[in-house]
Amino acid sequence: MYYDVIMTGFGGQGIQTISLIVALAAMEKNLAVTYLPSYGVEKRGGRTDVYVILSDEEIGSPITNRPKALLAMDVIGLVFYQDMLEPGSLLIANTSLIPESKIRVKEGVCVLKVKTNEEAIAMGNPKMANMITLGCFVSQLGFLDLNDLKAVIGQVIPERLKETIPGNIKAIERGLEIAGSMKM
Amino acid sequence: MTEKKLTKGNIALAEGAIQAGCRFYFGYPITPQNDIPEYLAKNLPRVGGTFIPAESEIASINMVLGVGASGERAMTSSSGPGISLMQEGLSYMAGSEIPGLVVNIMRCGPGLGGISPTQGDYTQAVHGGGHGDYRNIVLAPASVQEMFDLTIRGFELADKYRMVSVILADAMVGQFQEPCRLTPDHPVTMPEKPWALKGRAGRKPQLLKSLYLGPGEQEAHNQDLQKKYREVERNEIMCEESLLNDADLMIVAFGTPSRIAKTAIRMAREKGMKVGLLRPITLYPFPSQQLHEHSERIRKILVVEMNTGQMLYDVKISAHKDADISFYGRPGGGVPFPNEVLDEIVKAMEK
Repeated sequence: MYYDVIMTGFGGQGIQTISLIVALAAMEKNLAVTYLPSYGVEKRGGRTDVYVILSDEEIGSPITNRPKALLAMDVIGLVFYQDMLEPGSLLIANTSLIPESKIRVKEGVCVLKVKTNEEAIAMGNPKMANMITLGCFVSQLGFLDLNDLKAVIGQVIPERLKETIPGNIKAIERGLEIAGSMKM
Repeated sequence: MTEKKLTKGNIALAEGAIQAGCRFYFGYPITPQNDIPEYLAKNLPRVGGTFIPAESEIASINMVLGVGASGERAMTSSSGPGISLMQEGLSYMAGSEIPGLVVNIMRCGPGLGGISPTQGDYTQAVHGGGHGDYRNIVLAPASVQEMFDLTIRGFELADKYRMVSVILADAMVGQFQEPCRLTPDHPVTMPEKPWALKGRAGRKPQLLKSLYLGPGEQEAHNQDLQKKYREVERNEIMCEESLLNDADLMIVAFGTPSRIAKTAIRMAREKGMKVGLLRPITLYPFPSQQLHEHSERIRKILVVEMNTGQMLYDVKISAHKDADISFYGRPGGGVPFPNEVLDEIVKAMEK
């Protein structure tokens, strides 16, 4: 088993948080994991990316340009990465911030368009958009499920925000529900 | 099984230093290694250690020299521009045979350059940098676990041979995260240091110095140093030899390129090309003999580096005279993707 995903958005959307949850959940399953966040000269609101690679064998490269999935929370990252997607791979696009006209992927790429910001606002907390995206993503994975995420979410959410965990889990569940109801 | 924690490379290194018994850190900030002083500023005092944010890299290395002379374990960390400033101190430490650990999380240059990963400081670390005939032990981690383990090893080797150990890692190894066992895999050794200067009560005066002006003294000192370096070359070589038994092509790479090469090798083998990897873990001492022996059978060699060809010279010196050596290099912060290395594998195989 080998799975690589690029998650991209802008600083503050919680890209690093959801990719960390995926990495930790995979570790609990005894998978090898690499987690490579962008670093350095980012500015507030600038693009942030994380490369997560999961495998049941030793992982070589921590970078990829043929990811099996791209989670794009914002248009800048989508435009930067979408050409890397090969037929059979998955794009989850946050169409709250990505105009549909900007989505130009190869034929055969499975595209899941979700207005995660609106969905999060409807749930009462706009900060949950990342968790809804995470739920959508996990619905497409064969090897991680909601319970795996629940088991590690406490490691990622800081102590002072512990009371937000149930809300976050609800948002993941909402993501699973949305993805489950969509035809792709 | 010991529990593994998802850990950033730089943090694994810093924790490794604490567990190696390092109690003194001196450093000046520079990206991409700032996680190291950040972690040690918080955690060294908790174990009774001393953390000093120095006024410069020159001050940092000279404080490492001073503490090293007293027999305690000390370190500094920086990136290219800061390491350049330290070269005088490194030469003095080599001349005075004072151990210490210096970490270079390489960013691209020359000059102030940029903050992207590179391996452009290979020659500086492995073949000198400072003045005089001296060597540093140079360790090249390629995983987060090795950032932890090789830091401990670096301190042990530094003390064993009274040399400076350099951890030479590119920014990607410093910044990415992997599951890591944050306990030593063996009891950490701390040798007696009768040469250390801790106050002369009860013993004869002794001196640590690099200045020898008497006739023949400096030459004799140099011969002694060389004798020590030959011993290091005999005893301390570490390298990873992967899938070489049936290989028609041997990739030689260290650090991040070795990781990318592993994925490229898997892709090549799926296409029926027999490719293996020789990964130097110690860059000095360089695994010359291992490389030579493999090249007697595997005549095609592909060197992959994130520079314009620095380790390449050590490979050329070490390989069999009939070896057919190709090179793929990405300087200035360029990081190859696995499929780009695969393209180079195909080219080298068809040559």
